[in-house]
Amino acid sequence: MPDGLFMFFAALTLGAALLLVLSRNAVTSAMGMILALVGVAADFFLLDAYFLGVLQVLVYAGAVMVLFLFVIMLLNTDDPEGTYPWRTAAIGLATFFLLGAGVLWLFHWSGAVPKTLAGPTPPELTVNPAEFTTSAKSFGRLLYTKYLLPLEIAGFLLLVALVGVVSLSKDAKEDNA
Amino acid sequence: MENTSLAHHLILAGLLFVLGLTGVLVRRNLLVVYMCLELMLAAATLALVAFSRFNRTMDGAVLVFFVITVAAAEVAVGLALIVALFRRRGTVQSDALNTLRD
Repeated sequence: MPDGLFMFFAALTLGAALLLVLSRNAVTSAMGMILALVGVAADFFLLDAYFLGVLQVLVYAGAVMVLFLFVIMLLNTDDPEGTYPWRTAAIGLATFFLLGAGVLWLFHWSGAVPKTLAGPTPPELTVNPAEFTTSAKSFGRLLYTKYLLPLEIAGFLLLVALVGVVSLSKDAKEDNA
Repeated sequence: MENTSLAHHLILAGLLFVLGLTGVLVRRNLLVVYMCLELMLAAATLALVAFSRFNRTMDGAVLVFFVITVAAAEVAVGLALIVALFRRRGTVQSDALNTLRD
């Protein structure tokens, strides 16, 4: 049986995700999304990845969701979605229950995931250049040594996204009139 | 932490992913579909962190760092696209965007 904090945050995350998927109101969906992301961040904390948990709250639950809420309010998409046809609901329910059962089977009953960690360290990990630590310092060291090129590419990607968003957000009418 | 095994975190990540996938398949409001996509991404990062923690290596966690960076950029571009779409067509309901089909 997993410990209480994990169960609490897992229930919070899944409940909030359910709210996101099922709510008719886009703003309610966004609130569920924020709660789900905070729950994921809490699980990062439980996994000792403190830096990533803080990052998740700051970037995802903070900046990204503010952007989402801003666009929801800007577009004012308040039109009711009407009733879903039974086919859509059937597809949704079938997807959820079939794949959910598949997930439970694969990770719980199939025995593919070891229950404990009390095995010997695998040989390819006996020389471990990047031991898992909780400090942000180890992130910095890896980012500027082993992952220097991906870091540069990520920075360039952010620049490309910035320029792309600015050019997309210009009034399209003056180009196409 | 002591009683919570890798399988528990993977089950949570998997169920979260399935919920997001269901939302992507079922919902028609493009903004909600996009949020469900982000939920799937968050579920994948959760699985990555769990594997990283239980394998005692840092690489998965660093990969999550990059995933968060790319997701932030992706959200900015995607929302700009949705806003541009709304300005052009006046709707963000995916079943109303069927010009190519008709």
